[in-house]
Amino acid sequence: MSMWQRISLIFRSKANKALDRAEDPRETLDYSYQRQLDLLAQVRRGVADVATSRKRVELQINQLQVQSDKLQGQAEQAITVQREDLAREALTRKSGLTSQITDLKTQQAQLQGEEEKLTLAQQRLSAKVEAFRTRKETIKATYTAAEAQSKINEAMSGIGEEMGDVGMAIQRAEDKTAQMQARASAIDELIASGALDDATSLNKGDDISRELEAMSSQSEVEAELARLKGGSAPQAIEGGQDGGEILAAEEPAQTQTSESKDTQ
Amino acid sequence: MIVRILGEGQYDLSDDAVSSLNDLDATVESAIEAGDEAGFRAALRQLLDGVRTAGAPHEAESLAPSDLILPMADATLAEVKDMLSGDGLIPG
Repeated sequence: MSMWQRISLIFRSKANKALDRAEDPRETLDYSYQRQLDLLAQVRRGVADVATSRKRVELQINQLQVQSDKLQGQAEQAITVQREDLAREALTRKSGLTSQITDLKTQQAQLQGEEEKLTLAQQRLSAKVEAFRTRKETIKATYTAAEAQSKINEAMSGIGEEMGDVGMAIQRAEDKTAQMQARASAIDELIASGALDDATSLNKGDDISRELEAMSSQSEVEAELARLKGGSAPQAIEGGQDGGEILAAEEPAQTQTSESKDTQ
Repeated sequence: MIVRILGEGQYDLSDDAVSSLNDLDATVESAIEAGDEAGFRAALRQLLDGVRTAGAPHEAESLAPSDLILPMADATLAEVKDMLSGDGLIPG
């Protein structure tokens, strides 16, 4: 027997099992309809859950993007004051973030896909549940025991198959979302604990920021002075020399930073 | 014939179309038996494309059961094995 025949047989036998639960066939119809409504509610919740996960991942992407832009800005700033070492550090941290952002974007796309699939599943099931409700009322109105069973079987196997399909789609979406949520939680925890900041430089980044700020306030002073003197261009060249002084001046500051890091 | 692609819905296919797709179904099945994940995915994709191309979406309000059922497009080999053994993902 071919694969597609085997799968459809397995679906049918599952649907038939659900059929045997009530003694009065009419109860079976009501019971099944209730299960269909429950399943519809479950799909709706599924769509909402996946959407929540997607939004959470999007929020994380935004947070990491802000961080990454900041590092990019710092790198550019560091280059203008000829501190290639700082620029390199900023770019290294940024590249760590970039791979995380790429990973999160993949997750976002997957969640979006699951969300769309479940939304379509919801629409399909919805149409069939409504058709089942109409059929159910007709069968009950014209009920004669002799012909009821076959009509019921017909209606039930069709809807049972749809329910099996949708049930599976929900289960798969939940499994996928759970995996991603675990990873998203890990990132949230890292952001909250500040551990990620170390890698991505929110706190540690302050050493880059501090040095850049020190230098830029220095160069602002120079620029200000230059303006007062009525010239500005030559000062840019002097900036390099100032950089050297600052580098020397920064030595104790850097030791402090690493000390304060140890005590954290 | 009504063919369902899990996660996508039902399609109406002519008997001729179904028999011409039987070879692809057999390819999927032999890939499953060989445990060939890549071959399985490629063959399943071809089979599903064949159904989508040859078939027309079945009426949404219909309560007719499908004659044939196919795994979802992103199914793994392991999932389909479970499905075929009957104790897999299909909710009872």
